[in-house]
Amino acid sequence: MEITMIYYLIPALVMFCCGLYGFITRKNMIAMLISLELMLNAVDINFVVFNRFLFPEQMEGMFFTLFAIAMAAAETALAIAIIINVFRWGKRIDVSDLTKLKD
Amino acid sequence: MESIGSIIMYLIIALSIVVFSVLTVTTRKILRSATFLLFTLFATAALYFKLDYEFLGAVQIAVYAGGIVVLFVFSILLTSHPGHNSERLVSKKRVLGVFAALATFVVVAMALLNRCGQAFVSLPQMENPTMHKIGQALMGTGEYQYLLPFEAISVLLLACIIGGVVIARKR
Amino acid sequence: MEATIPVLILAIPLFMFLFLGILGKYMSHKLAGILGTAGMGVTLILAYFTAFTYFFAGTPEFVDEAGQRLQCVVFNVDWLQLYDQLVIRLGFLLDPISAMMLVVITTISFMVHLYSNGYMRDHHGVWEKGFQRFYAFLSLFSFSMLGLVVATNIFQMYIFWELVGASSYLLIGFYYTKPSAVSASKKAFIVTRFADLGFLIGILVLSWYTGTFNFTELTSVPVADGVSAVSLTTAEGVKNIFASSAVPTFMGGSVMTWALVLIFMGGMGKSAMMPLHIWLPDAMEGPTPVSALIHAATMVVAGVYLVARLFPLYLMEPASLTIVTVVGAITALYAAMVACVQIDIKRVLAFSSISQIAFMMVSLGVATPDFHEGLGYMASMFHLFTHAMFKALLFLGAGALIHAIGSNDYTDMHGLRKYMPVTHITFLIGCLSIAGIIPFSGFFSKDEILSSCLGNSTVTYIWMSLVAGLTAFYMFRLYYLIFWWKEHKVREGHHTPHDQPWTMTLPLVILAAISCVAGFIPFGNFVTWNGEPYDFMAHFDWNVATISLIVAVAGIAVATWLYRKENSVPAKMRAAIPALWDWCYHRFYFDELYMFITHKIIFGCISRPIAWFDRHVVDGAMDGMAYVTNKAAYAIRCMQSGNVQMYVWIYLLGALLLGAVTAVCLMF
Repeated sequence: MEITMIYYLIPALVMFCCGLYGFITRKNMIAMLISLELMLNAVDINFVVFNRFLFPEQMEGMFFTLFAIAMAAAETALAIAIIINVFRWGKRIDVSDLTKLKD
Repeated sequence: MESIGSIIMYLIIALSIVVFSVLTVTTRKILRSATFLLFTLFATAALYFKLDYEFLGAVQIAVYAGGIVVLFVFSILLTSHPGHNSERLVSKKRVLGVFAALATFVVVAMALLNRCGQAFVSLPQMENPTMHKIGQALMGTGEYQYLLPFEAISVLLLACIIGGVVIARKR
Repeated sequence: MEATIPVLILAIPLFMFLFLGILGKYMSHKLAGILGTAGMGVTLILAYFTAFTYFFAGTPEFVDEAGQRLQCVVFNVDWLQLYDQLVIRLGFLLDPISAMMLVVITTISFMVHLYSNGYMRDHHGVWEKGFQRFYAFLSLFSFSMLGLVVATNIFQMYIFWELVGASSYLLIGFYYTKPSAVSASKKAFIVTRFADLGFLIGILVLSWYTGTFNFTELTSVPVADGVSAVSLTTAEGVKNIFASSAVPTFMGGSVMTWALVLIFMGGMGKSAMMPLHIWLPDAMEGPTPVSALIHAATMVVAGVYLVARLFPLYLMEPASLTIVTVVGAITALYAAMVACVQIDIKRVLAFSSISQIAFMMVSLGVATPDFHEGLGYMASMFHLFTHAMFKALLFLGAGALIHAIGSNDYTDMHGLRKYMPVTHITFLIGCLSIAGIIPFSGFFSKDEILSSCLGNSTVTYIWMSLVAGLTAFYMFRLYYLIFWWKEHKVREGHHTPHDQPWTMTLPLVILAAISCVAGFIPFGNFVTWNGEPYDFMAHFDWNVATISLIVAVAGIAVATWLYRKENSVPAKMRAAIPALWDWCYHRFYFDELYMFITHKIIFGCISRPIAWFDRHVVDGAMDGMAYVTNKAAYAIRCMQSGNVQMYVWIYLLGALLLGAVTAVCLMF
C-alpha cells in the first residue's frame, strides 16, 4: 500500500470539519476557541504535507506552519484574556450572551 | 512501497487524529474537550515527525501542547465550575453544524479527489532540514529567508503580551 | 477718452452698495445717508463731466467733421469667453442716448438720495428701520441702471436689465413686513421675469443669426478704433443675414421680426406696457423715493431705451415698429383712462407714468427717417428726459404729501395748498409740465411726439392728442383734489401738515426748475437717431403746437370745472356711466383677468394635476421604495442577531456555494 498525499490530507480535512462543527454548535466560548485551534491545526498540517510531498527541497510550508503556531499562541492568549474579562463581567462565557453588536 | 511499520504508524496517527478531533467537539465536559485537543495535537506532532520535520514536531509539542493547552486548562478552571456539563445542544443548532461540516467535507474532498492531480503523489525523498539550515533560514535576509517575519512575529507576541495584560487585568 | 472716469461712474455706486450693505449696520443712520448721498454726488459730477465732454468737446472720437455724433466704445473687456466666437464683454458705450441717460439717471438718483434723507424718517426724527439697507439698495440700483445704459452689447444689457429688476424687487419689498409690499415685489419680479424670457429668446435668435451681441456691429459702421457711426447699411446687412439664411417664417412674420418683437416684449415688461403693466401700480408699495427713481424716471424707461438702442434694426422691420406703435397707443389711452378715477395718488402717478412711457413708445414706433429725419426718435428721447424730471418731481412731491399726511389717499388731503406752499408750487409746475402747457418742458417734448404722430397717420395723431387731453385732465383732477377743496379737520394725533425739511424740498425745487427750463434745450442738436443734428425749431409745427395746447387747456378746464370745488357733478357723471367708471376704477379688470388665468387655468388645470401627480405618483413611488426597504429591513433584521455562530454558518454557506459553483463550472 502506497501512502500518498491524500492519506494525509483526509485526516486533516476531518479535523477541520470537526473544528467547524464545534465552532458552530458549542456555546462555551472556550470550547469555541478549542474548535478554532483544531481548524488552525488542520491548516498547518496541510501546509506541511504540501511542502513535504510537492516541494521536498524547500522549506516554505514548514516555516509558514512555524509562524502560524506562533500566531496561534498569540491569538489564544488574547482570546483567553477577553474571555476572562467577559466572565468577570457576567459570570458566564456563553457566546449567546454576546449579542451587543446587533444594537 | 512502504514498510509495514510505516503503514501501521500512519494508521495509528490518522485514526487518533480523526477520533480525538471528533471527541474534542462532541464531549460535553469542557475539560475533557481540552484533553482531547491535547491528544489531537500530539497526534499532529507525531505526523510531523513521520514526515521528517522533527523541529516542527518539537515546536508543536512545546508550544501547542505545552503552552496553549495549558492556557486552556487554566482558563477553564478559572471560568467553569467543576463537574458542570455544558447544556444540551439545541437540535436545530446541531443539525446546522453537522450540515456545515458534512457539506464542507464533501465539497473539499470532491475537489481533492477529482481536481487535484497531485493528490496521489507518493512520498519523495527529502534531506532532513537540519537545525543549521533552519537557523540560517530564520536569521537570514536573502531569498527564502525569514528574518523580517520572524521580527514581525516577535513584535506581535510582545503586543499580545501587553494586550493580554491590559485586557485581563482587574479594573 | 480715458477709461478712468467711466469706470468710476460704475464703480462708485457698486462700491457704495457693498460698503453700505456690509458695513451699514455698524454706522449711524445719518452717516450712512450722508455717505450714500455723497457717493451718488461724486457719480453725478463724473457723469456730468462725461456727458458734457461727449456733447461739447467736439473731438473726432465723438463727432465727425459733418457734425454727426458717433458711438464711442470707451472700453470693452472680455468677461466670458465661451469659445472664440461667443464672447460676452462688459464695456462702456458712449453715444447720444447713453450720455443723456447718464445725466438723467445720476440727476434723479442724486435727488432721490438727498430726498430720502428726509423722507425715510418720521416727524420725530426717528429713522426708518433698515435705512442703511435702503441706501445700499439705492446704490445697487444706480449701478445697475448705469451699467444698463452704457452697455456695449445686448448681453451686458440683459445682465444689468436683470440687476435693475432685482434691485427693483428688493426696493418694492423694502417694507417686507407688509404683506402687500411682499406680494407687490413678487408680482413685479415675476411679471418682468416673464417678459424677460421673451427678451432672452429674442437676444438668442438675434445673436444666433448675426453672430454678435455688440450694438455697434448691429447698428453702426466703424469709423475709427472704438468709434463708429450709426448706419442703416449695417442694419440692412443684418436684415440680409436673416433673409439669406433662408429661415422659414413663423406665423406670418420673418425671424428678424420675431426676434425684434421678442426683444420688445422684454421692454414691454420693464416699461409696463399693456398687457404686462400690472406690476407697476402695485410697485407703489415701495417707499415713494423708490417709486420716483425706479418706477417713474429710470428703470421703467429701460424698455424705451432698448428699442431706441436697436432702433436701426426696428427700422428694417416696419411690422415690429407697427407693433410698438399699437401697443404704445393702446397702453397710453388705457392708462390715462384708469388714472382718471384712481383714489390713491401714487396709483394715479403710476398710471400716468405708464401712459407717458407709452407716449415714448408710440413716438419711437412712428419715427421714420423720411419724416423730419426721424423726429419721433428724438421726441421720444426728449420726452424720456423731460418726463424723468417732472415725474420724479411729481412723485417726490407726492412723497412729501404722504409724509406729511401719513396716507396715500387724496380724500385725506384736500386743501393743503396753504400748509405746504413749496410742495404746492412745485407740484403745480409738475402738473403743468406733464399737461403740456407752454413753456414748461412737457409741452415741447409732447408736442414733438404729436408732430411725429401726425407724420405717421392722422388716426394716431388724434388718438394721442386725446390721451394728451386726458393727461391734463387727470393730473389737474389730482392737483385740485389734493390742494384745493375745503380742508378736512386735522385728525387726532396729527399735527398740522407743513412743508418738509430742506433735504426734501431742495430736490423738489431743483427738479421744478429743470422742468421749467428743460424745454428750451435744443435737444435735436444732441440726440437724434443717427447722430446728425436736427434743428426742430426750424421745423416747428405751430398748428400742432396750438392744437395740443388747446387740448391741454381744455383738459385742465374740465378738471377745474369738475374738481375745483367740492360739488356733485363728478358723482352725477359717475352715476351716468357706471359701467365705464367701474371698469376704469378696476383697471379694466386686468388683475382679475391675470388672477383668473394664473389661478384658475394655470394653477387649477395644470399645476394642481401636476402637483397631484408629483405628490401621489412620483412621491408615491419613492415612498413605496422606502416602505419596501423598511419592511424588508425589518424582515431580515433577525439575521443580524449578533450571534457569531450564525454569522460563521452563513459565511460558510456562501463559501461553499462559491466552491460548488466553481466546481460545477470546472466540470463543464
